[in-house]
Amino acid sequence: MNAIIESSGVSKVFGTTKALTDISFTINESEIFGFIGPDGAGKTTLFRIITTLLLPDKGTMNVLGLNSVKNYKELRKYIGYMPGRFSLYQDLSVEENLNFYATVFGTTVEENYDLISEIYSHIEPFKKRLAGQLSGGMKQKLALSCALIHKPKLLVLDEPTTGVDAVSRSEFWDMLGKLRKYNITIIVSTPYMDEAMRCDRVALIQNGTILAIDSPGKIREGFSRRLFTVKSAEKYKLIIALRKFPDTFTAYPFGDSVHVTFVNDDAEKSLFSFLQGEGLFDVEINAAEAGIEDRFLELMNKEQ
Amino acid sequence: MENKVIIVKNLVKKFGNFVANDNLNFEVSGGEIFGFLGANGAGKTTALRILSGLSKPSSGEVSVAGYDAYKQTELIKKNIGYMCQKFSLYEDLTVRENIILYGGIYGMSKSLIRERLTELLSKLRFREYENRIIADLPLGLRQKLAFSVAVLHEPRIVFLDEPTGGVDPVTRRQFWEMIYETASRGITVFVTTHYMDEAEYCDRISIMNEGKIVALDTPANLKKQYNASSVEEVFIKIARPNL
Repeated sequence: MNAIIESSGVSKVFGTTKALTDISFTINESEIFGFIGPDGAGKTTLFRIITTLLLPDKGTMNVLGLNSVKNYKELRKYIGYMPGRFSLYQDLSVEENLNFYATVFGTTVEENYDLISEIYSHIEPFKKRLAGQLSGGMKQKLALSCALIHKPKLLVLDEPTTGVDAVSRSEFWDMLGKLRKYNITIIVSTPYMDEAMRCDRVALIQNGTILAIDSPGKIREGFSRRLFTVKSAEKYKLIIALRKFPDTFTAYPFGDSVHVTFVNDDAEKSLFSFLQGEGLFDVEINAAEAGIEDRFLELMNKEQ
Repeated sequence: MENKVIIVKNLVKKFGNFVANDNLNFEVSGGEIFGFLGANGAGKTTALRILSGLSKPSSGEVSVAGYDAYKQTELIKKNIGYMCQKFSLYEDLTVRENIILYGGIYGMSKSLIRERLTELLSKLRFREYENRIIADLPLGLRQKLAFSVAVLHEPRIVFLDEPTGGVDPVTRRQFWEMIYETASRGITVFVTTHYMDEAEYCDRISIMNEGKIVALDTPANLKKQYNASSVEEVFIKIARPNL
């Protein structure tokens, strides 16, 4: 397998804020690789270093065999970058935006049209409309078309799905899957844990450090305790009661249930009667498989 | 039923020929956590503006906290709180100054503001941040403070727009615990969001599509009805039935 990105000991400091600390990883050709972490974790800083827009303080970043500092001019030709903040010219039309990006990279829309046709066909009927007047989902499709129009080897997408509705998000991930056949390596960042499952491999990132790198399945398997879901109609009362239970190790609200782990895994047996004693009579307790977010929480607690 | 803090009957809102809200009907109880979902452009914002007294219905009946959405919009505004994801706090004011400012805007007495300020600073373990400006606060703390400020005046209803978008998983849990605690005190929490995993935390949710409410029930019942494993799947089945 060809390494497309090799990051070795990369650090970056802004004033007193450690944005990135000793970041090392390798990303292979044709992977869809996700950086999953909350706002402020360092995702954008890392992407700006990968795309040559920011210099690392320490460490080296090699992308497509080129050093991101020394060979930045050469490297920029091969990268398609869709920044988190909107990358389109609001006062140009759909068509003008696309032509502009093609021209900047010394190519034409016709030359690489087959690469974007599936994505661009959704917005082509509106090609005379100003980009500023498009809906969120349409802007996202146009921005992706613009990032792809010079047929990059590496596509860098910084939070492409933030602020977009569930249907458009799902469509967006389907589009990325279809780009596989063109041998384009894709790195994508998101604060939404559920999107990890759409990636080949992910890095969980928090406070400028990588907590784990693996396939989403392996990351879930890394969860070290037995996990249970506990449900009751009285959610707040349930959380308070679970915290009181002497064998509770962690108790976190998760949608319509509370995810619980115990100091001793067999403590689950005595929980039901304990909760009854706390006045909760509608409790359901079930064993559950850990998700990415459960593992993320576990790793965050280890860090602290 | 008793204790309905939001009553919406046959609500229609038109802009020219465009029907943004097409005959909406729903009720929300005191202390309920209600999720208000819909795709971009489905009409959520229009409805939200009416419920918060910023815009008037074209027709239909709307009552919020017992006040009429045509004639008593100022009273509605006094009895609701609002927090959006893009932080409703003033970045260049300190924590203390923000709390005092909002207390004043809500018309609270000086002694009550002082009391709430002390209470909040100890509850959130905010003492050390009291005199720091918001811009210097970690994101998670800002979000928690923004929520606390939105319920500072003990409103009947608090509206939250994507309350936990982008925060880390631990802060997110702490935030939902604050929401549960608030709801357990009888304050209604009205959540609008794009993120279906936020919807999973709500007592009931409604899903809007093209100006209409097309589904309204508990997350568990909707998942059963649509034979789906998550609210996200329910949402996609409703918004794109042909997929």
